[in-house]
Amino acid sequence: MLDTVLVILLTALLAIGALLTAMTSRLLRAAIMLAVTSAVLTAIMFRLNAPLAAVFELSVCAGLVPAIFISAIGLTRRLDPEGLKARFKDRIKRYWFLPVILVAVAAGLSQIHFVTDFIVSAPDSAGETVQTVFWNTRPLDLLGQVAALLAAAFAVVVLLKETTND
Amino acid sequence: MLPLFVLVPLALLMIVNLPVGQFLRRWSWGLTLLLTIAQAAALICFAPHLKAGGFLATLIPLTLELDNLSCVMLLAIAIVVGASLLVARGTVSGMKQLSNFASLVLIAMAGMNALALLRDLFSLWLFFEVVGVASFVLIAFRRDRGALEGAFTYIILSGVATVLMLGGLAILMLVGRGESSPLTFANVQAALQISGGLTAARLGIGMFLCGLLIKGGLVPFHGWLPGAYSAANAPASVLLAGIVTKATGVYGLMRVVSSVIPPTPGVNAVVLFAGAAAVVIGALGALYQSEMKRLFAYSSISQVGYILLGLGCGGPLGMLGATLHLFNHAIFKSLLFVNAAAVEQRVGTTDMTRLGGLGSKMPWTNVTSLIATLSTAGVPPLSGFWSKLIIVVALWQGAHYGYAVVAILFSLVTLGYLLLMQRKVFFGEMPAELANTREASPSVVISAVVLAGITFGMGVLFPLLLKTFLLPVKSIFPLQ
Repeated sequence: MLDTVLVILLTALLAIGALLTAMTSRLLRAAIMLAVTSAVLTAIMFRLNAPLAAVFELSVCAGLVPAIFISAIGLTRRLDPEGLKARFKDRIKRYWFLPVILVAVAAGLSQIHFVTDFIVSAPDSAGETVQTVFWNTRPLDLLGQVAALLAAAFAVVVLLKETTND
Repeated sequence: MLPLFVLVPLALLMIVNLPVGQFLRRWSWGLTLLLTIAQAAALICFAPHLKAGGFLATLIPLTLELDNLSCVMLLAIAIVVGASLLVARGTVSGMKQLSNFASLVLIAMAGMNALALLRDLFSLWLFFEVVGVASFVLIAFRRDRGALEGAFTYIILSGVATVLMLGGLAILMLVGRGESSPLTFANVQAALQISGGLTAARLGIGMFLCGLLIKGGLVPFHGWLPGAYSAANAPASVLLAGIVTKATGVYGLMRVVSSVIPPTPGVNAVVLFAGAAAVVIGALGALYQSEMKRLFAYSSISQVGYILLGLGCGGPLGMLGATLHLFNHAIFKSLLFVNAAAVEQRVGTTDMTRLGGLGSKMPWTNVTSLIATLSTAGVPPLSGFWSKLIIVVALWQGAHYGYAVVAILFSLVTLGYLLLMQRKVFFGEMPAELANTREASPSVVISAVVLAGITFGMGVLFPLLLKTFLLPVKSIFPLQ
């Protein structure tokens, strides 16, 4: 019983955190809410017996990414109160349907009785460590990650760095 | 040998960007072009000898496989990337920008090569992302409002697609929990075949396919495509329209339909309907465009529909037609975008209402554009004719008469809107301000001539190519 309440509570927190991230009118609050959402996701991952994924989620998605966002926001100018009010109204006008969808989906899901229990733990890795999975089982994916990171690095160089005509 | 297709572009990327002054960066464009030529030459000359395994595979155990469809795709990637680089030489100003462009192209090339060779759904998604991130930057390369807007739309839609694909993969992993690699094509196919397919597995693969359709800009998720193509700079639009959206869209779909989903009449019917819808929607959309790149984008949507029609036939002949049209379309659509780049380079716009009479000033662009136009419409003896003919014959043999009629009728519509474009841009009266226009720069012209040569050569030499190179393609499709 307590376990079920915990699952529902964490899922609701995750949904509310994501909703507030999308709907808030202040960038700083959005970054903080993103960190909170990731922290809740970390808790869910721990509960699903995926501690390594949880550690990555906590360190990268809840820690590093919001920190980068916050440093970037630190370089921007603050909106005046009038501007903030206008943006708040704009956000509500644009995204009013998000909470409605959330409530509708939650109500729908609560009515469905799943035959299969989808809340399952991650399978025991049978002695497979992260190293063996990364380097022996899925080296191609590791290469893909390297390529994606390189692409992101070039995105920063091409889009954010001022170029001089040479 | 196969890991080289992925490793060499990435290694070259790192080498040309080593922090040892500007020397290596100056060579990045030339070295990337050489790599594309080497890839094309390796495939043409040594395709039967390229195989998985060998010393390199034991050293770097990447699970890659090569079949005839992969060969066709890798060849198309090499040719279109080469064409895009040639266009970049004439249209991207400054050594740094050209070097950045070449670096992004190398990342996209490594990603697309991997897509052609891998056989695992998770890896497929991962390399979609690699190509996707490179594509965002290529679309936004110009950094003006339109380019950034186009890239932003692509990022948002790509995010939605990623959620769908990862959700689908998660469900498929739940279904195949007993397997050590539950997401290889063979294991997913096995999961789908258990007692007619588990509902959860069907849901998983359905979500994955929806994501794939969004990423590839396939009907009904094609809305972002024309905006992105027209917003990107000239060489990026050649690359995106010519090969990137083929690799992430219709090639992915062909691979999943032929290697993962067990062939059933129901699946084929859905693919056929989607193909016919794409043919009609794309052609009708193209009729109302006044901007060259947007017109070509809609035309692209329509031509991808033909590939789906071939795929939906569910037999070796249909698969052959689809594969051949995938290659042909990559070439002649790239050629049309190279022509648009030539016009944009000299006139500064691709708005057809402001163009006219350029044929006499830009003869090479005019002739190559005409070849691409006729090939797209399926006029003999050009390459597009043969692939469309095979698709129509396959449809007829499969008793899909209605779809065959749609394919033929909309070829005429294609001929109509492309000839109209040809007339508006290259014939008719020339506006006074275009009187001093001259032919595009040599690298752009070379790119157009090479692509036109392939389109013409593939058509004229078709009987020879059919027996030696193309017929074996059918072997990848399970015979019914």
